[in-house]
Amino acid sequence: MLFLRNVDIAYGRIRAVRRASLHVGRGEIVALIGANGAGKTTMMAAISGLMRPAAGTVEFDGADITRARPDAIVRAGISHVPEGRLVFGPMTVEDNLLLGSYCRHRLGRASGVQEDMERLYAMFPRLKERRLQAAGTLSGGEQQMVAIARALMARPRLLLLDEPGMGLAPTVTREIFRHIVELRDAMGLTVLLVEQNARAALRIADRGYVLETGRIILQGPAGELLANNDVQRAYLGRDLDRETQPAGGAA
Amino acid sequence: MYFDQQAECMDRALLEQLQLERLQTTLNRVARNVPLYRQRFADLGIDPDDFRSLDDLRSLPFTTKQDIRDNYPYGLFAVPLRDVVRLQSSSGTTGKPIVVGYTGNDLRRWSGLVARILAMGGMTRDDVVQIAFHYGLFTGGFGLHYGAEHLGASVIPSSGGNARKQITIMQDYRTTALCCTPSYALHLADVMEEMGVNPNSLHLKWGLFGAEGWSDAMRREIEARLKVTATDNYGISEVMGPGIAGECAEQNGLHVNEDHFLFEIVHPETGEPVPDGETGELVITTLTKEAFPMIRFRTGDLTRKLAEPCACGRTFHRIARIMGRSDDMLIIRGVNVFPLQVESVLLAVEGVEPHYQIVLEREGRLDKATVYLEVSENLLFDRMRVAREALDKIHHSLSSELGVSMDVVFVGRRTLERTEGKIRRVIDKRVL
Repeated sequence: MLFLRNVDIAYGRIRAVRRASLHVGRGEIVALIGANGAGKTTMMAAISGLMRPAAGTVEFDGADITRARPDAIVRAGISHVPEGRLVFGPMTVEDNLLLGSYCRHRLGRASGVQEDMERLYAMFPRLKERRLQAAGTLSGGEQQMVAIARALMARPRLLLLDEPGMGLAPTVTREIFRHIVELRDAMGLTVLLVEQNARAALRIADRGYVLETGRIILQGPAGELLANNDVQRAYLGRDLDRETQPAGGAA
Repeated sequence: MYFDQQAECMDRALLEQLQLERLQTTLNRVARNVPLYRQRFADLGIDPDDFRSLDDLRSLPFTTKQDIRDNYPYGLFAVPLRDVVRLQSSSGTTGKPIVVGYTGNDLRRWSGLVARILAMGGMTRDDVVQIAFHYGLFTGGFGLHYGAEHLGASVIPSSGGNARKQITIMQDYRTTALCCTPSYALHLADVMEEMGVNPNSLHLKWGLFGAEGWSDAMRREIEARLKVTATDNYGISEVMGPGIAGECAEQNGLHVNEDHFLFEIVHPETGEPVPDGETGELVITTLTKEAFPMIRFRTGDLTRKLAEPCACGRTFHRIARIMGRSDDMLIIRGVNVFPLQVESVLLAVEGVEPHYQIVLEREGRLDKATVYLEVSENLLFDRMRVAREALDKIHHSLSSELGVSMDVVFVGRRTLERTEGKIRRVIDKRVL
């Protein structure tokens, strides 16, 4: 569905990502993991058109979108949930969601917007309760749900999720991740997920890529990456779940 | 029967993307973790970041058996020894042995790849698989063992040797599949005859043979005598062991597990890629190995690439069954000739395993090649006209097949000199 080949991305003269190649198949959850500054968010921005790669190609459903404008990429079926959620604080939850469907109004495909909103409310009942509340007054986890629901209002086929667990309590993160799996299973959504909490991401992902200083140094089934000692040392840290068992300890 | 249909029947465009991704990650890792590659890339001015297509592979240097020996024992490992959970070795026919290592992931993948090969050969979880390869440093025994377990079959680790006991196990445990070398399979057939065991009374269905070269004639003999479907498979310890390539039910070439190994066929002398379908040396690059990655490893084994689609539905390209070692290659008047090519021509004409010897001499400035072929006394003395015709036919097929002509001389049975029962295939008397 999504293919990146040899993508270079630079900030001025600094190359943030070097000849990265990755792909995401329909219905897959793929995790992109790596330390702070490895280039994960940069790669997301290159896919959604917020940044232009210096070299390489991005292909989505057979079409080259390397140089496409962000709005064209949204219409092509890719929605980006940015790092830090970036909900429109003073606006109500419902208006945030409606904004997510703006491209459908423009295309005259606005019918169904109401139904979609009801469906999302069914999935995130908490948002329904607070639909008329200003989004900025919501908790971090709820704001993340708003950001995801807003992205889904564009009816994407591929969802880019940048650090959905950032700044959230572990139980809230788990809830968000549960929703992500649900979206895939129930709606057939494809997900590319960037996450610093590598273990949580790899537990729900089918496959993963490990970025290190702008280069992809490993790729493979999520289970393999979890078992890889390099990944464990560099990104997974201590596995407290496992350490509670005798003779545990991963790192 | 597929073990991993999604992978084995993968669309080739997706396969190429996957190969590129995996090759790039492998290069990133070896350039960082393996001193030999670091040094080589620096010496040759190769920046792994410039590597943007599978064709760029050609700009990388080969890795040879000598490189592995020079870095004995652990020099080429890409992970610290504490991450290595298994060590195996290849005895090697010359010089120092080599050591290869596997991480936990490497072992799991290895089992999965061997399971694919076993399933290609017809086996399923319902089979009782007897592994008559030596268990030990050699990769064959353990490689097949864990692969067969991964497949879910019932595994009998009978290991090598003691043919009578092997046959008793076959009878008592109702073995349905046998893994061993092809020559050992024939040895077992001989011992069965001695013991008066009728192979029809056994339960054998499948035979997966490898670790040495064997001809199609040998395959037919094994199939007839052991009542099995015999398939070939390819592995080499330096790259992993068994599980690199295997034959499907079509028995027409070996599917390479291309999602984990890139293969090239190169000219044994120049190292340049040969056109598809031409014989050359097999070169393998690992795509997923963690502990012991190999970049363009020269296997020394001769084969051809078979790029046509296979009737079994697998999309992985095939290699022809191994035709010999690149060290066996002869250059006659500038043309590369492999003894096995000569053998297959003789086999086609004779219809039986030929006993022959190729003698190379220098006549003036030119090379002269003569094939001495053992034929029956009858053909040699009584039926001159038939002999003449057969001679002409062989002479003609040799020159059209090899692109260089060879003289053919018929000699009596058992007249070619034998050492330990084997005829030396090539005698090169040329002096430069």
